[in-house]
Amino acid sequence: MTDRRRHHDMGGLEDGPVEIKEHTSEPWEKRVDAIRSLLSDEQRNMLSVDELRRAIEDLGAEAYDRYNYYERWMAAMTNILLEKKILGVDELGRKMAEVEARQGNKPL
Amino acid sequence: MSSDHHHDHGMYDSDPLHHHPPQPDLEDTPLTHHQIMQIAVGELLIEKNIISADELRAQIEFQDSITPARGAELVARAWSDDGFKGRLIADSKAAGDEIGMDVGPVPILVMENTPTVHNLIVCTLCSCYPRFLLGIPPDWYKSRSYRRRAISEPRKVLSEFGTDLNDSVEIKVHDSTADMRYMVLPMRPAGTDGMSEAELAGLVTRDCMIGVTVPEGPSKA
Amino acid sequence: MSARYKVGDTVRVRQAFPPGHCRTPYYCRGKSGVVVRCCGEYRNPEYLAYGTYDGPEEPLYRVQFMQTDMWDDYSGAPHDKVEIEIYEHWLVPETS
Repeated sequence: MTDRRRHHDMGGLEDGPVEIKEHTSEPWEKRVDAIRSLLSDEQRNMLSVDELRRAIEDLGAEAYDRYNYYERWMAAMTNILLEKKILGVDELGRKMAEVEARQGNKPL
Repeated sequence: MSSDHHHDHGMYDSDPLHHHPPQPDLEDTPLTHHQIMQIAVGELLIEKNIISADELRAQIEFQDSITPARGAELVARAWSDDGFKGRLIADSKAAGDEIGMDVGPVPILVMENTPTVHNLIVCTLCSCYPRFLLGIPPDWYKSRSYRRRAISEPRKVLSEFGTDLNDSVEIKVHDSTADMRYMVLPMRPAGTDGMSEAELAGLVTRDCMIGVTVPEGPSKA
Repeated sequence: MSARYKVGDTVRVRQAFPPGHCRTPYYCRGKSGVVVRCCGEYRNPEYLAYGTYDGPEEPLYRVQFMQTDMWDDYSGAPHDKVEIEIYEHWLVPETS
């Protein structure tokens, strides 16, 4: 990979056989998809598909490979919401800690 | 799907504020960082009145309602009606309207397979897919190997799906790079004369509308 | 903005390597192909991607390339093709 070729832009590179697998979408994945659709709808118009793609690419090669598909979407979408000041870093951090604590108290 | 969502945990849990993973074997698995992020972002967006829980629920139900059966219905109609086939290829939006199907806001170009041309769809840059007709793309479509190789060695990739095409057939790969989406109109299999549209639709799989396989005729059982 | 190219025109993809977001795959840059469809005008994703929703619209084309032109060691049949959507600012007229 050269600096000229960005990491996500992979058409024509060598790789092994296609692993023909799939899975039923998990609820959290559906929620990521649904939040994304709502933020992109005409009424809200807060997130273009191009912005999401750009933010996914800008996660960098290491995260791009390590995260699964919806993890990329979630991380990228969150970064855009922070950039656009729709969410704040501190409130998000506190909310995530609250969610995590809730999880500790009872089974999921 | 009813909007009444008492704890009827089926395969799909469409309650946006209800965080049980549906698989019993995951009940004790701690949430991952990104799952926590998803819940937190969702709750904050709801608290800020940017989205509502009802909208989120409705959106998930809508997504669940979109399956490859929609694409299959269009294909079966095209197999049964040459005029419709022509209109579907010329303008899928208008053709969808004819049968009361909204093919969505993104233009979908329908690529017809013929005895001499076989079409294959890929998105090398990300995961663009005709979601309004086929639903969520399968994992392999989003995989690194498919994105890398479907474009440059389509015959090898097709062969991995059990599809071996003669060299006399031209393979046309469509890279979904921008504002169009693509769906393959496969060839009607032999031995299907007299079948109803519903029966024909049953032969049309998601994979043959991506172009990695071709539909099979009725089994000779 | 009126479309500069029409169906049947031979075009070449610019050999450019911008560091930001764009939708022109690396593998087709510098390659020559034929316009097979004019898709209409769409907002430039290179603006949309950075939050400019009201940027200029630009003609988008489907360009067809021969696979044997695309890859040095293409293993398929000589008539195999690839089609890609490319925005007008990425194309130059082929002058051969």
